[in-house]
Amino acid sequence: MDATASAIAWTRERAQPWWLVRLFDWKPFLIFACMLPAVGLLMVFLTYPLGLGIWLAFTDATIGRDGRWVGLENFIWLAEDPIFWSSVFYSVFYTAVATVGKFGLGLWLALLLNNHIPFKSLLRAIVLLPWIVPTVLSAIAFWWIYDAQFSVISWFVVDVLGLRDTYFDFLGSTWPARWSLIAANIWRGIPFVAITLLAGLQTISPSLYEAALLDGSTGWQRFRYITFPLLLPILAIVMTFSIIFTFTDFQLVYAITRGGPVNSTHLMATLAFQRGIPGGQLAEGAAIAVAMVPFLVFATLFSYFALARRKWQQGESND
Amino acid sequence: MSDAAAVEGKQGATVVPEMMSWDTRTRRVVTIYVPLACFVFILLFPFYWMAITAFKPNNELYNMRDYNPLWISSPTLDHIHHLLFNTAYPSWLLTTMMIAVASTFLSLFAATLAAYAIQRLRFRGSQYVGLAIYLAYLVPPSILFIPLAAMVFKLGLFDSPFALILTYPTFLIPFCTWLLIGYFKSIPYELEECALIDGATRLQILTKITLPLATPGLISAGIFSFTLSWNEFIYALAFIQSSEKKTVPVAILTELVTGDVYQWGALMAGSLLGSLPVAIFYSFFVDYYVSSLTGAVKE
Repeated sequence: MDATASAIAWTRERAQPWWLVRLFDWKPFLIFACMLPAVGLLMVFLTYPLGLGIWLAFTDATIGRDGRWVGLENFIWLAEDPIFWSSVFYSVFYTAVATVGKFGLGLWLALLLNNHIPFKSLLRAIVLLPWIVPTVLSAIAFWWIYDAQFSVISWFVVDVLGLRDTYFDFLGSTWPARWSLIAANIWRGIPFVAITLLAGLQTISPSLYEAALLDGSTGWQRFRYITFPLLLPILAIVMTFSIIFTFTDFQLVYAITRGGPVNSTHLMATLAFQRGIPGGQLAEGAAIAVAMVPFLVFATLFSYFALARRKWQQGESND
Repeated sequence: MSDAAAVEGKQGATVVPEMMSWDTRTRRVVTIYVPLACFVFILLFPFYWMAITAFKPNNELYNMRDYNPLWISSPTLDHIHHLLFNTAYPSWLLTTMMIAVASTFLSLFAATLAAYAIQRLRFRGSQYVGLAIYLAYLVPPSILFIPLAAMVFKLGLFDSPFALILTYPTFLIPFCTWLLIGYFKSIPYELEECALIDGATRLQILTKITLPLATPGLISAGIFSFTLSWNEFIYALAFIQSSEKKTVPVAILTELVTGDVYQWGALMAGSLLGSLPVAIFYSFFVDYYVSSLTGAVKE
């Protein structure tokens, strides 16, 4: 019944091919039509703004007014700005420490989850939660945890354990605030690292471990000479993503400290926002954003070479 | 999974005396279950704290000497009531939902066609187009929002939901395309060849063969896009000004934080309610989610 119905529909279309149908069956046009929405959107809202951002960095544009070319003036001005240099320093520091923390703890969690344990899929679901929930909302929870008067950590350390006499002042001074933000970032980053590395761990063939066991290897040797080298390609990709998105992080810092106390926790992204949008100095914000590009290019090249080296990227299993 | 065999092998090798097997069991508890419990505790604690604050009356909230802060003695719905009836929270939720759904459909439409063209129509240079789209994913919103703000002003889209619906696809399309290319790759090409021989047009193949087979991939791309647009912050902060048009994450941070006195109960209730839709949505599709997350990285 069904077959005859579709056969009839098929013959009818065959008998009188509409010009539009024929046009969509012509491969070059079809390719053009298929690529148009994606490429069009990306060109207009990604490539063009990228170029516009670089142009804006060399002008004196403000919100609502086109700038004129001022050459390197914005960058010269930034080079003499201690707040800018402090944001560069903190961006690099934040990225470095948070990445090490995320990958150390994430790899550990992945290795733990790779064991034969009960409720494995439930655990995986729970572990991903910090990554699913909107960053700003969990950042607000951290803001509350870091509150000067009603922090639960202070309560636990001071009132329950009695280790200190005074409450912690997490966000009130430079270095405690910086470390608090890094801790929140690590907390948020662990799930993604752990789940992706877990996927990598599960592709490693158990026969390799069996062979190593027969050769009398220790647990550390199996990790060092089997797990780690085979995990390296996926580690490189995940790390590139993590570095790029940690370096350009905005939400966490904006939600918890807004760059304070006294501008000490500004990342380059939050500084660009503060100068560019509420401050109205679009050009200066754009210059700060452009200053992030060299770091990102470096991370992307790292990713590209790590990707290009490996055939499994194309879906072939060569090792 | 793979390690399980290795662990069993290890136990098989060392299990000879009775003492040893007990020893490996305690060792297993110390090296696996204890650290795992710590991880789960730390990863979940902020949510617990968020939830408990949302239902705690103010006198308990600000008195940690007489009440145990980890528990509620008299739970209250005041904060949630305040949020739903004294603020514009319902309209923020609605706006966020609308923007997330619209940008998800827009990106899925564009990404499906692009992925189909790259993976199945195989034109010259298609892999370079694929690579370019992959690189587009690496361009972070933090360096795009300033020029985009200038563009949004010029186009007259400032303070309109369309500013967000049109800009969210910049990070959704690369991701979805990448995921769907991987998915289309797993569908046997022979099916399409059969249909071609039977005289189907390319569009018929796409709508009647490839898309139905790719439904799981489309669902996971859709979930990803929805959660990513729900969580987006910086564009929504920069392009939307009027209070009632804000999205949930931005509105909670800018509208509920008033003056020097933070209403922690309402803030936490807002965060909890704002997290729930994605968390519920995610719990229904967690298997798709995990497999596509790991699949996208592997692919």
